[in-house]
Amino acid sequence: MALRAQTGPYFGDFGGRFVPESLVAALDELGEAYDLAKLDPAFGAELAELGRSYTGRPSIVTEVPRFASHAGGARIILKREDLNHTGSHKINNVLGQALLTKRIGKSRVIAETGAGQHGVATATAAALFGLECTVYMGEVDTERQALNVARMRLLGAEVIAVKAGSRTLKDAINEAMRDWVTNVETTNYIFGTVAGPHPFPEMVRDFQKVIGEEARAQVLELTGGLPTAVAACVGGGSNAIGIFHAFLDDAEVGLYGFEAGGEGVDTERHAATITKGRPGVLHGARSYLLQDEDGQTIESHSISAGLDYPGVGPEHSWLAAIGRAEYRPVTDAAAMQALRLLTRTEGIIPAIESAHALAGALELGRELGPDSTILVNLSGRGDKDMETAATYFGLYDQEAGE
Amino acid sequence: MRTVGPVIARRNDEASGALIGYLPVGFPSLDESVDAAVAIVENGVDVLELGLPYSDPVMDGTVIQAATQQALAGGFRLADGFEAVRRITERVDAPVLIMTYWNPVVQYGIDRFADDLAAAGGAGLITPDLIPDEAADWIAASERTGLDRVFLAAPTSSDARLKLAVESSRGFVYTVSTMGITGARSDVDEAARTLVARLAAVGSPASCVGLGISTAAQVAEVLEYADGAIVGSALVKALAEGGVAAVGELAAELARGARRE
Repeated sequence: MALRAQTGPYFGDFGGRFVPESLVAALDELGEAYDLAKLDPAFGAELAELGRSYTGRPSIVTEVPRFASHAGGARIILKREDLNHTGSHKINNVLGQALLTKRIGKSRVIAETGAGQHGVATATAAALFGLECTVYMGEVDTERQALNVARMRLLGAEVIAVKAGSRTLKDAINEAMRDWVTNVETTNYIFGTVAGPHPFPEMVRDFQKVIGEEARAQVLELTGGLPTAVAACVGGGSNAIGIFHAFLDDAEVGLYGFEAGGEGVDTERHAATITKGRPGVLHGARSYLLQDEDGQTIESHSISAGLDYPGVGPEHSWLAAIGRAEYRPVTDAAAMQALRLLTRTEGIIPAIESAHALAGALELGRELGPDSTILVNLSGRGDKDMETAATYFGLYDQEAGE
Repeated sequence: MRTVGPVIARRNDEASGALIGYLPVGFPSLDESVDAAVAIVENGVDVLELGLPYSDPVMDGTVIQAATQQALAGGFRLADGFEAVRRITERVDAPVLIMTYWNPVVQYGIDRFADDLAAAGGAGLITPDLIPDEAADWIAASERTGLDRVFLAAPTSSDARLKLAVESSRGFVYTVSTMGITGARSDVDEAARTLVARLAAVGSPASCVGLGISTAAQVAEVLEYADGAIVGSALVKALAEGGVAAVGELAAELARGARRE
């Protein structure tokens, strides 16, 4: 079977539905609605039209030779999901799930968010479709991504800072699931990544796979061939699966996911789930997981809020297990250097998440050599990260008296 | 092996039903959690539900979250769960079920967990985030060891899923009283009465209602139609605020709700 034809609930040994019984009816309802929508040309047409006239699809590709000169002479081509409305790939999925929310007749949506990009996209879709919206965000993330909190509130969403556990993305998901269990009859959970219980990994992938479908054609047109390698950052893994999927059955194309290596994978402060974790169950699916001997989830760390997650989508675990994709860690420092390098050489400020893929591409280029072409998913723009970057690089004027 | 089915049946003969009490292991300490569990049994709780603290408890409200997070911060290890079961069953006769999220069992090894729980004198498992559809390994391990397995039924479950829960469970079916998570509520939902009737219609031998029950009056009301009433957050709150003496007093008060009028 073609790898592209794989559907949920299981991807090899990974996936499934490890959820409270209270959620099963809602997951069934969502899965059935999605299966019907897939077969309905009107749904596909409406989503494509939203992509064209609202998101700005197809997103362009940009070749970046000045950046690539630091990558062993390889050609580097960026897929510009950063230019989408709301500033990242997250809108692709959210518009699909928001249309489904209308189809199943629910009036309220909830979402979790790490960096705030999925929360902003969900709040945006809620405004567009007239839905009530609550976004759960770890308290640590509300502080480091304060701009996105303001954006969500301006869009009319309620933002709840989650104070439990590590106060980051994993705890935001826990709290969103508690809300969903309680309010499932009126509320749809717009999940932001390719993790979680079935049907989310398959459905979110399907809404994101447009990235790779467009990029594959664009690279073919630009270079006359397929890329040597495709690079993407991996937190939960939605942008990575989005760009990988069109290439899964192109055996000659290497697929590389770059996980957040934080302060280094030999320290305790990283989010390199596939690199350092082992299979377990979290947030409704069996997948790789950072956990201790007793199965308690280990708190992750990344300078990037969007990658600061101790789990990963089950399809990535499967692709790693069968050897179709390779997953490597990129440290906070390497990502920040790549962020600055792309900014200075090409005038494009990437999100810190996407900067992990850029750092990975620099490494890949040196390995693969000057005849190689590397397609990088530039999954988001860096506007939201100015506070972090300014602090990291010392860009603020020192205040008087300091 | 002390399984829960006979105890629930007996309490429905001699009283209006069974009182099931939840407390987490390791809160406020391992020793005190054992003493508290013994105290609630000595004060009228018929079946114990011992919770294993877990880092990501999606079915728990703030009271139980706070207690289990404190237990984890205090160094709780899975081995403490078996130790607690052993010490409690040495002191009192009530059957002890472990309530655990699924990943700790997977990591420990499903068969090894079942063997160690049985060896410690435990009755079985309540699994809030394991549905029967994903439970083939656990069903096999519990068949082999004779442990009870308690799956959940929710107001939103279809009749086919209720039937699956009934056929997959042994001991009782955990009947979720309302759509939500653990925590005291002023009204136990009418949905619970409907759900117990639906479970009976698909052949449930025993349905015990949990979520939101915190007073003797609520216990009495639930036992009018259910085989057991499960109290959790209220006991944990009493233990947190007043220690072992207070949780024993609350258990005695709740047990008055289980007496036949």
